[in-house]
Amino acid sequence: MAESSTAVPPEQRQRTARVLAAASQQELAELWHSWPQKPQVEYLRGPESGLVMVQGRVGGTGDRFNLGEATVTRATVTLNAEGEESTGTAYVLGSYPEHAGLAAIFDALLNSSQRKRAMAEIITVLEQRQNTREAARRADARSTVVDFFTVARENDGGEGDQDE
Amino acid sequence: MNQAAATLTPGFAQPVQDAQRVFRAVLEAMARPLQPQALAVPLTPPAPLTAEAGGVVLTLCDEQTPLWVDPQLHRHHEVTAWLGFHTGAPLVAAAAEALFCLASSPDAVPPFEDLSPGTDQEPHRSTTLIVQAEQTGSRQRLRGTGPGIREALDWDGHGMTEQFRTARAEHAGGFPRGVDVLITGRGTVTGLPRTTVLEPTGPDTAAEGGA
Amino acid sequence: MYVAVKGGEKAIANAHALLAQRGSGQEDSGESAAQERIASRQLRGQMGVLVSRVMNEGSLYDPNLAAKALLQAQGDVLEAVTLLRSYRTTLPRFGATVALDTGALPPERRISATFKDLPGGQQLGATFDYTHRLLAERLQVSEIPKDTEEEDDAAPGTMPRITDLLGHGSLVEPDHPEDWADEDPGDLTREPTTFPMTRPERLQALARGDEGFLLSLGYSTQRGFGNTHPFAGEVRVGEVEVLFEPAEIGYEVPIGRIEITECQMVNQFVGSAEKPPQFTRGYGLSFGRAERKAMSMALVDRALRSEEFGERRISPAQDEEFVISHADNVQAAGFVEHLKLPHYVDFQAELVLLRQLNAEFEGSEDAG
Repeated sequence: MAESSTAVPPEQRQRTARVLAAASQQELAELWHSWPQKPQVEYLRGPESGLVMVQGRVGGTGDRFNLGEATVTRATVTLNAEGEESTGTAYVLGSYPEHAGLAAIFDALLNSSQRKRAMAEIITVLEQRQNTREAARRADARSTVVDFFTVARENDGGEGDQDE
Repeated sequence: MNQAAATLTPGFAQPVQDAQRVFRAVLEAMARPLQPQALAVPLTPPAPLTAEAGGVVLTLCDEQTPLWVDPQLHRHHEVTAWLGFHTGAPLVAAAAEALFCLASSPDAVPPFEDLSPGTDQEPHRSTTLIVQAEQTGSRQRLRGTGPGIREALDWDGHGMTEQFRTARAEHAGGFPRGVDVLITGRGTVTGLPRTTVLEPTGPDTAAEGGA
Repeated sequence: MYVAVKGGEKAIANAHALLAQRGSGQEDSGESAAQERIASRQLRGQMGVLVSRVMNEGSLYDPNLAAKALLQAQGDVLEAVTLLRSYRTTLPRFGATVALDTGALPPERRISATFKDLPGGQQLGATFDYTHRLLAERLQVSEIPKDTEEEDDAAPGTMPRITDLLGHGSLVEPDHPEDWADEDPGDLTREPTTFPMTRPERLQALARGDEGFLLSLGYSTQRGFGNTHPFAGEVRVGEVEVLFEPAEIGYEVPIGRIEITECQMVNQFVGSAEKPPQFTRGYGLSFGRAERKAMSMALVDRALRSEEFGERRISPAQDEEFVISHADNVQAAGFVEHLKLPHYVDFQAELVLLRQLNAEFEGSEDAG
């Protein structure tokens, strides 16, 4: 069941899926709560939990191997608003049925005529928050960078004659 | 996905409970061969797939069970899309590669030779055949014996063809290898496990099948 | 052999009630009421390393479930691991992810014991290294000062893996041959275990293997039982994005992030008739913060490659069947602990036999 050619381009869908997966369930619930004129939601499948086998690569870039499984929750919904039907699907790591359900709803909105609005009011908002959190975490991590220096380096350069 | 998914109908309303209910019915059907078991789970699969057969496939199949569907079902894109979406089962072109074969009618059942009986080491790797048989016209008069049947049971064949019965009889005797059959009717599922022996008890009544 | 017994329902129910009581802390506090329950959220947040261990050996990434399992198991790691392993069998598997790209996102921690000056620097991250290992009176959380001595060098997007920096020249063995099919890996949870294994299958077994067992084996190689002259080329801890391709979408989409620990071990190798002297490698990858596990895994991975390099196989850590067959602590615990189940019939048979032999022995002595 391949995507129809009229669908959202993959790289955009990947961006919005990333943002929706990284959001918290509470954030999504609040944004959905304040979404005006909610369309009718029908769950085609799920939310249901399952597993994905997480694969790694030997040495980072070699043969693939099965590292272990991770829980994932998926949902597919159909939205119906004034005769317009749109479908959305979400896969989210963890066991959060509501998170997956809401992410699927927003994915469906992004596949509908409401796309522009959903991008501005949902995706951009969430993405900015996530970027801020990410930057803070990165700064904390960068604060632990050390500069080890070795005895050899201390004795390097211009001090060689003292060794004599 | 907009186009493809727009035509999809939902699967089980309550995936866990509904699947458990169907599984229980299938279990009963296999334990009591030839006796129709009630199967009433609300489901709206795309035609010509019936709710009963659809429910059985949703219950038994998943990502790890290759599924074969007959050419007639295969022509209906909504059917294969629905099955693929809700079960994740990979569709295979050859019945021999499938763990489950789904036939839209007794006449659409693949040749018995194409079904896998499993191996002596892994008899559970055999094909399970799911057949939709809406009209259970009395095609045959049969007597069934075997485990799960007290003495013997008369059976009308549920519309299964004589050809299928003879082919099945020819391949009998390989136990634990063998093919299990689930026949879905209106609101029922009937089991014909590999251990049930079928013998004709009267003249072939196929000619008066329409009566 | 274990023979089934019947009965004891009431005693068993009471034993479980007693177990629940012991787990409530009632006795310990000397109070009549049970103590306040630890929320799994607290365990997840404050015992992240423990939660990681349960996820690794349970072979299931889900910090919430791992924390819940630990609480239910009253801190018994193997019991919690067993709970996770059982739980996963109830879920359908939607498929395999795209292989993780461990170098894609900036890690929280990345250090190298082999290269002092590496792009991105030595970043300690959250580590127990360099702590004084003194038991603290009370735990404190302090602000991280923002004016660090190390000015951020234009915030590098990512930190390249050390083995990528070394280049796949002749000094380090390449990750894969030039002519390479990138085949689907075997899956131990789906196919029966047969020896010899491929390296990917071995790594899967090691990834779910017991940390203590792997630590001891890794240690044994360092002490000379199959020495591989290891250097910690890189240890990396951080989040990576997980990509998955659902059939109904038709291309890969991000489904969230997981935290992982990676260890690239670089080992000496003297060379053989076919191969020039070069550094060889051992690899470790684990869920969450599990540095010791990843390092041990890398040591054992390299030791198990001894045949590949034509090295003498004389030590336990080099014996694939021995290592892999005994690394799984659910199997190990099951077999060891089943001994406490009723073996009355067995023992009775042995007893009768022993009495008989004893009587014969006494008889022959009297005769003599």
